[in-house]
Amino acid sequence: MSETIAATTAARNAKAPRRRRNETKRKQTIAAYAFVIPFLLLFLLMLVVPLVYSGYLSLFRSQLIGGLTFVGLGNFIQAATDPLFLAGVLRMAFFLVVQVPIMLALSLLFALLLDSGRLRFPRLIRLGIFIPYAVPGVVAALMWGYLYGDFGPFSQLAHFLTIPAPNFLGAGTALYSIMNIVTWGWVGYNMIVIYSALRSIPTELYDAAEMDGAGAIRVAWSIKIPAVRPAIILTAIFSVIGTFQLFNEPKLLQSVAPNVIDGAYTPNLYAYTLAFTDHEVNYAAAVSFILGIVIMIVSYVVQLSTQRRERAK
Amino acid sequence: MTTTSALRRTPRSAKKYARPSTFFTIVGIVALVYFLAPLLWLVLASTKTNSGLFDSFGFALGGKFNLFQNLADVFTRQDGIFGRWLINTVVYAGISGIGACLLATAAGYAFAKYRFPGGRGLFSVVLGAIMIPTTALAIPTFLLFTQAGLTNTPLAVILPSMVNPFGVYLMKVYAEGAVDDSLMEAARIDGASEFRVFWQVSMRLLTPGMITVLLFSLVATWNNYFLPLIMLNNPDLFPLTVGLSQWQSAASAGGGGAQADFTPIITGALVSVIPLIVVFLFLQRYWQSGLATGGVKG
Repeated sequence: MSETIAATTAARNAKAPRRRRNETKRKQTIAAYAFVIPFLLLFLLMLVVPLVYSGYLSLFRSQLIGGLTFVGLGNFIQAATDPLFLAGVLRMAFFLVVQVPIMLALSLLFALLLDSGRLRFPRLIRLGIFIPYAVPGVVAALMWGYLYGDFGPFSQLAHFLTIPAPNFLGAGTALYSIMNIVTWGWVGYNMIVIYSALRSIPTELYDAAEMDGAGAIRVAWSIKIPAVRPAIILTAIFSVIGTFQLFNEPKLLQSVAPNVIDGAYTPNLYAYTLAFTDHEVNYAAAVSFILGIVIMIVSYVVQLSTQRRERAK
Repeated sequence: MTTTSALRRTPRSAKKYARPSTFFTIVGIVALVYFLAPLLWLVLASTKTNSGLFDSFGFALGGKFNLFQNLADVFTRQDGIFGRWLINTVVYAGISGIGACLLATAAGYAFAKYRFPGGRGLFSVVLGAIMIPTTALAIPTFLLFTQAGLTNTPLAVILPSMVNPFGVYLMKVYAEGAVDDSLMEAARIDGASEFRVFWQVSMRLLTPGMITVLLFSLVATWNNYFLPLIMLNNPDLFPLTVGLSQWQSAASAGGGGAQADFTPIITGALVSVIPLIVVFLFLQRYWQSGLATGGVKG
């Protein structure tokens, strides 16, 4: 008898907190949804809906007779065999292979130098390299366009030496000149990402190595670089995304060198030209959509290849 | 955990042994020259008359010191439209930055600190969206906005800029490190609602991360060109990037040459970069530590 009373009171005592716990759990769930819903709503409207709409649009083609007609994968097949689009994608692939490694190598080098403590004026150098990030791509392109041009210092120097002025925006040079602008603008940002990661490596990791007599370069190569691999991968993926979307620099330089930089110079410029000059909105949507898929695939490959290397170790 | 350790300037014993090297310092100074020379050129060019640009060496002062006249020209050209562009840019970047920051903070905090049905799944969707190139969405967004009558309004630039999936990721990682569960629990026991816990306890701890997200969202919108270019065709609504590029193509369209007036564009370009450089100088602590958050776990 007394046992059952004890048991029921125990049960009652246990039940009340549980109910209260359920109540707080419910409140917390509601709060969590309230916190995420504003973002998710805008995410849905500004990201998911346009993405789906873009896919939908790309299945149609507007024709003079008959208006909008369903063409299935017609636009995709057209893009896959469109020499202008393919040339733009290949140009960006080349850009990626040349510019991104140079930019990231410079970022890594400066990050390691700053972290090594062997630079005089480290704060000044760090800030100076980063500052171009604060310059809008449009202004950077505009400024470099002038530097490359008639009254730029290179032409002035050539004039002084009575040699022909270099043509930075010729058919063979424009792409490299654009690479320079992008490198100038983004080394600092990537350097800071890698540098911040370097700063968070526990010093014990390489104090021991240094005591064993490993040189600075060995420490950098065997300890520091592997430790900041996630940061390097992050910068690589952002660079892939940025490269394929290249638009500002060629668009700005187009007015200076219209014969070299045409409306299909980069895939993004091509999509813009299609939509706003040629009024082929559906085809433009298909081109953007395919470009998005290309970017996702390349980013995924970058991620996968680095992961595999990690596993192989 | 990693975030807070990155935030605190951990005393580095290695520093004590490292001696500045002349060779490395020279490498650093060469880099500094490369990164700062174009901006020096911009400053010097802003002080020159249009003919001075052609007659004097780019990295020297030359001819008449014309900076103040150039500034006056920039701000009075076309009935002072440049000032409008500057205000538009501040408004677009400010509202987008604050909006993106608040949305990302609330969402990142919830993903980090609450377990709720669908939470993990939703977060991985947001994470996947970091890879979606924003410009691929610009044209379909433009078409949708046309149907909704939103093109040629400030909202056309602001709304898409408020969605920052990377900011959500950054704030989630940051909140995991910065907000202690026991602190939240203590506030709950004191009877605080979940919103008060967020508003009065967690927000304060999240501030450094928030400033980073604010800063980078602000810069992204300030520097954005593609989106306003396609969304706006009323010059009164342009931000600086679109306005300056129009001046540029108008000047170059006449075949360039000495008769085209480049000084207002150059001076305008200088004016447009100064605010962000100042912001970065003052908020150094934040952007450096904040980027660590993304890099360490990324």
